[in-house]
Amino acid sequence: MKASLLRILALSIKELLAVLKDKKSRIVLVVPPIMQLLVFVYAATFDLNDIPVAIYNKDQGAASRQLIAKVIGSPHFHLVGYVDHDSQITPLIDNKDTLIVLHFGPRFSADLSNGRSAPLQLIIDGRNSNTALLVQGYLRQIVGDFNNTWAESHGQPTPPATLRVRAWFNSNLVSRWFIVPGIVGLLTLIITTIVTSLSVAREREAGTFDQLLVTPLRPVEILIGKSFPGVLIGFFEGSFILFMAVNWFDVPFRGSLGALYIGIALFILSAVGIGLMISSLAVTQQQGMLGAFLFLVPAVILSGFATPIANMPELVQWLTYVNPLRYFLIILRGVFLEGDSYAILMHYYWPMAIIGLVTLGFSGWLFRHRMN
Amino acid sequence: MTPHAATRMRVRAMIRKESLQILRDPSSIAIAFIMPLVLLLLFGFGVSLDARHVRLALVVESADANSASLTGAFQQSDYFVPVSYQNIQQAEQDLANHRVDGIVWLRNDFSARLIHGGDAVMGAYVNGVDANQARITQGYIEGVWQTWLASYARDHGHELKPPVVLEPRIWFNPAVRSRNFLVPGLIAVIMTLTGAMLTSMVVAREWERGTMEALMVTPIRIWELIVGKLLPYFVLGMGGMFMTVAMALWVFKVPLQGSFWALTGASALYMMVALGMGLLISTIARSQFVAGQIALVVTFLPAFILSGFIFQISSMPEPVQVITHIVPARYFVAILQTVFSAGDIWPVLLSNSAALFVMMVLLLGMARRKSRKRLD
Repeated sequence: MKASLLRILALSIKELLAVLKDKKSRIVLVVPPIMQLLVFVYAATFDLNDIPVAIYNKDQGAASRQLIAKVIGSPHFHLVGYVDHDSQITPLIDNKDTLIVLHFGPRFSADLSNGRSAPLQLIIDGRNSNTALLVQGYLRQIVGDFNNTWAESHGQPTPPATLRVRAWFNSNLVSRWFIVPGIVGLLTLIITTIVTSLSVAREREAGTFDQLLVTPLRPVEILIGKSFPGVLIGFFEGSFILFMAVNWFDVPFRGSLGALYIGIALFILSAVGIGLMISSLAVTQQQGMLGAFLFLVPAVILSGFATPIANMPELVQWLTYVNPLRYFLIILRGVFLEGDSYAILMHYYWPMAIIGLVTLGFSGWLFRHRMN
Repeated sequence: MTPHAATRMRVRAMIRKESLQILRDPSSIAIAFIMPLVLLLLFGFGVSLDARHVRLALVVESADANSASLTGAFQQSDYFVPVSYQNIQQAEQDLANHRVDGIVWLRNDFSARLIHGGDAVMGAYVNGVDANQARITQGYIEGVWQTWLASYARDHGHELKPPVVLEPRIWFNPAVRSRNFLVPGLIAVIMTLTGAMLTSMVVAREWERGTMEALMVTPIRIWELIVGKLLPYFVLGMGGMFMTVAMALWVFKVPLQGSFWALTGASALYMMVALGMGLLISTIARSQFVAGQIALVVTFLPAFILSGFIFQISSMPEPVQVITHIVPARYFVAILQTVFSAGDIWPVLLSNSAALFVMMVLLLGMARRKSRKRLD
C-alpha cells in the first residue's frame, strides 16, 4: 500500500513537472484564462446598450417629440441622426450606420389627439435576428408606458385587465448573471482537458510510454499519476474564477459552497477522464490536440452556455447527455442564482460521476491495449 | 539557372513535400473536411436562439368561460408547451425544480374583477436565470395576452385602441429566423478553427522533430518556405470552405442574397488570415503542445464571443470593443452576415475586406520576421 502511494506520488510529481517546467506552457496555462475571463465576461452579454437609432419624423406635433425624448433618454438607445427623406433609410441600414429607424407619419400627433390609434413604423436591421427581437421588446415597453400615461392623462378608456410579469431569480434579467457562472464552467473545462489530453500522447510520441509500462507502476497508478496535474490545475483555476465571479463581477451566490464543490470535483473528474481517453487514443500530439478540439468545441456549443438545449433537435439533445459541461452549467447556475438544494442537484451529480468513471476506466484499459 | 527558375523550383519542391505530408497523415484532411462537416451539422441544427417549447404552467384557480378562452390562447400558441395546475404552490415548486420555465396565474377573482371592476390582473412568472430566453418568453406571453385582450374587448362591444401602435418591419429576415444569421457566423467560426489548426502545428512539428535544422541548411529562402507551406493548406482550407457554404445553402436553406464571387473573394482573403495566424503561432511556439493551446485560445473563443457572431459588438464596453478590432473573425462575420442576408453592399464589403487585407499582411510579415534562419 505504502509502496503504491509512493509510486503514485513520484509519478504525480513527474507529471506536474512535465507540464510546469517549461516557461511557455506555464504562461499558457495561467495568463489566457484570466484574460479570457476579464474580456469575455464584459463581452458576452445579450443586454443591448447604445443601440444606434435614426429618427424619421414627418410629424410637427408635440406627441412625437415626447415619444422621441423617451426613446433617446433610455440607456438602451443612442441617437445617430435624423432622416428627412425616404431614400436615406436604405443606405443607413445597409451600411450598418443605424440598427433601427423610427418613422412617424405626418398625422401622428393629430391622430393621437383625436383619440385614434397612431401607427409608428419601426424599421429594424434583421441581420442579427436575436438583436432584432430584443430591440422590438425594448421599444414595445417604452411605447406601452407612453400609451398608459397618454390614456390616463387624456381620459381614454384603459383595458379591463393588466398583465404583470415578474422574473424569478434574476428580476432585472441581467444576462451577466447567466454568463459568468457559465464562464466558470467553460474555462475549467478547457484548462483541464488541455492539460490532460496531451499527457499520454506526448510520451507515446517520445517513446517513453513503453518505459513507463515496464516500471512496477500498475495501470491504475499510472492513471492516478496522469490525472494529477489536470485535477490540481483545474481545481485551482476553477476556484480562482469562482472567487472572481462572486467578488469582482458581483454575481449573487445563493446556494451552498459545499454543493458547488461536489459539482466541481465530479466535473473535473469527468473532464480529466475525457482528456486522458483522448490522449490514450492518440498516437501523436497532433492527434491528441485535434481530439481535444473535436471534443471541446461541440462540448462548449452544445452545453447550454449561450443557446438553450431545449431548442436543439431531439437527436442533438440526446448527444448533450454525454457532455459533462451540460450538467455542470446547471449546477453552477442553480447554486449561484437559485440556491438549489442537494436533492435537486443530485440529478446532475451522478451523470458526471458516470462519465468520469467510464472514461477513466477506458483510458486505463487503453494504456496496455494500445501498443503498436 | 536564373534566380526565378530556382525560386520556382524550390517553392514547388516545398509544396510537393507538404502535400505528401498532408496525404500521408490523414489528420490534416480530417481537419479540413470532416471537422467542418461535423461542426456545421451539429451547430447548424443545435444552435438556435429562438424560444420554442417553453414549458408553461397554467394555474387556473376557478375555471370559467374567460379563463378557458385565455388558457386556450396559450395552448394554441406554437411557442408554449402548457401544463395545467390547480394551485400556485405546486407550480412554484416545479418552477424551482426546473420542471417548468414559466407560470401564468389566474386567481379565482379574475373573472369577477374583469367583468365588474375592470381591474383584473394576470400574473406571470418566468425563470430569469437565462435572461435572454426569459426576455423572449416574456415577449411571447405579452403577445398572447394582448391578442386575447383585444378579442375579449371586441366580443364585449368595444374596440381597444392603444394610442400608439408599433408596426415593426424587420428587414433582410422578416421571419426572424435565427438560423439565417447563426449559420453564416458559424462558417466564420469554423473556418477560423480549420485555418489556424491546419498551420499552427506545421512549423512547430519541424522544430520538434529537428527537421527545421535540416531545412535551414537547404538554399530555400524564408518567404519561399512560407509560400510553400501555405499553398497546400490554402487549397485544402478552401475546399472545406466551399463545402460549408454548400451546406449552408442546401442543407440549412439559408438564402444567399449577395453574389457567389463576393463570398469567394472574402473567404479566400479570410482563409489567408486564418492560415497566417496559425503559421505565426507555430513559428513562435516551436512546440506542438504550446502551439495547439495558443491556437485554441486565440482563435476559437474570440471568434465565438468577440466577433459579433452571437453577441452584439456595439453593446460591449468601450475597451472590449477596441479589442474586437484585432479579432479577424469580426470582419469576416460582418461580411458573411451581410452577403448572406442583405446582398453585396459594397461599403460593408470593402471596408471589412480592407481590414482583413491589412491583418493578412501583418500576420505573414510577422511570421516571416520571426522565422529567421537561426538556431537558438
